[in-house]
Amino acid sequence: MRFSGLRVLREGLTGNKGWTPQWRDADPKAEYDAIIIGGGGHGLSTAYYLAKEHGLTNVAVLEKGYLGGGNVGRNTTIVRANYFLPGNSEFYSHSLKLWEGLEQDLNYNVMHSQRGLINLFHSDGQRDAFARRGNAMINQGDDAVLLDRAGVRKHLPYLDFDNARFPIYGGLLHPRGGTARHDAVAWGYARGASERGVDLIQQCEVTGIDIENGRVRGVQTTRGAIRAKKVGIVVAGRSGQVAAMAGMRLPIESHVLQAFVTEGLKPCIDHVVSFGMGHFYISQSDKGGLVFGGDLDFYASYAARGNLPMAEHVMEAGMALMPMIGKARVLRSWGGIMDMTPDGSPIIDKTDTQGLFIDCGWCYGGFKAVPGSGFSFAHLMATGHHHGPAARYRLDRFRTGRGLMDEEGTGSQHNLH
Amino acid sequence: MRLDCPICGSRDRREFYYQGDAVLLERPAPDAGAAAWDGYLHLRANPAGETRDLWLHESGCGAWLVVTRNTVTHAVESVELASRVKEGLR
Repeated sequence: MRFSGLRVLREGLTGNKGWTPQWRDADPKAEYDAIIIGGGGHGLSTAYYLAKEHGLTNVAVLEKGYLGGGNVGRNTTIVRANYFLPGNSEFYSHSLKLWEGLEQDLNYNVMHSQRGLINLFHSDGQRDAFARRGNAMINQGDDAVLLDRAGVRKHLPYLDFDNARFPIYGGLLHPRGGTARHDAVAWGYARGASERGVDLIQQCEVTGIDIENGRVRGVQTTRGAIRAKKVGIVVAGRSGQVAAMAGMRLPIESHVLQAFVTEGLKPCIDHVVSFGMGHFYISQSDKGGLVFGGDLDFYASYAARGNLPMAEHVMEAGMALMPMIGKARVLRSWGGIMDMTPDGSPIIDKTDTQGLFIDCGWCYGGFKAVPGSGFSFAHLMATGHHHGPAARYRLDRFRTGRGLMDEEGTGSQHNLH
Repeated sequence: MRLDCPICGSRDRREFYYQGDAVLLERPAPDAGAAAWDGYLHLRANPAGETRDLWLHESGCGAWLVVTRNTVTHAVESVELASRVKEGLR
């Protein structure tokens, strides 16, 4: 079923009786050419590109809960390509280009909105750092505009420019940055994969990975054994547990990150804005809610909920930056499980087991990477070769120290990225 | 979340700095090789359940602590002085 304006019109006139389910809820077969463990954004996009780009359609996506029920359904929806280290720069640039064609490609409205992202700075040193970052972005072929104070005021007149501790000196505008409707991204990829023959299997938890003579043979699940010569692990915060089934220890520590949303308000914040005092970022959803978040809680956690000190800190940051939001009531807050690596950059690689691949370590920046990660991981799984823009996301960089991509320069501590 | 510092008693989580897994107490020898240093700096068991990690009582007595706690429930099992734990390792 294709979506079109005409179709919407026709359904509207005929009682909306012609809409059909967006994907098949499949039962597992005994064997597939490839299995993707994890039915989140990255897993679903991997399955989609395996089918579309490589003609691999005898593929299963195994999800222990429901599709898109993990981090892709609980993030702050920001899409951007403003990295500056080689490795990250080309990857996120490629991912943003995929975003820009995604709705046409999927024939699905993911509500991608390139409303512009502004990173604020508050000192001369920070201005220099952002000028450097902006130059790196331009060299990569993406867009960046260094705004002075008056330039920021034109876009964001409601900020507290003369905050005593963090006065606003300017900002780096990334016009192609923005947001997307997070659930729709998962649903669009699920629909596209399912249409091409991929089996999306929910309520199917992987309990073991079968390995014989260094080759992967398949997986054990709560719905029985499934054979496959290729298995991809794409399970974000749960990477440690699933990799342990294959006898691996990963350079990952899982942390909790909280996010918040207010009641729906009339349009007031037109961009994605980030405060340079630490971590605070905010945008307004199409429903009107202010969606914002901050830093990790800083301790390893799988609780999917945080503690009050970070909630308080995030609210303080918001009030320091834009006092106008003070009367907005917070509707809900939540926490996700972040797969933090020691250099803050992700992993898309083969493992020591033949046929077993892993895509993980997206820290708390995985949403914008959904198209790029799936595209590159599908390329690796299908061809056995690393995909150009993701070629530096190697697992062995941690052992050798060669090719570490520490974007923030904070050293090998998992929670500092 | 509160941690029961052996020196100061029960204190708010905000007084403490989280460093990472308690594997950090077992620093390899300089010539131990790449695998040992990878294990120390990067690789983590990352358990969903009981874990032992290293905290600094930054805004209190300044002691390094080994905290045994549950990463799923946030329940704190025990807090020991890292210096004592380290003695036990020798």
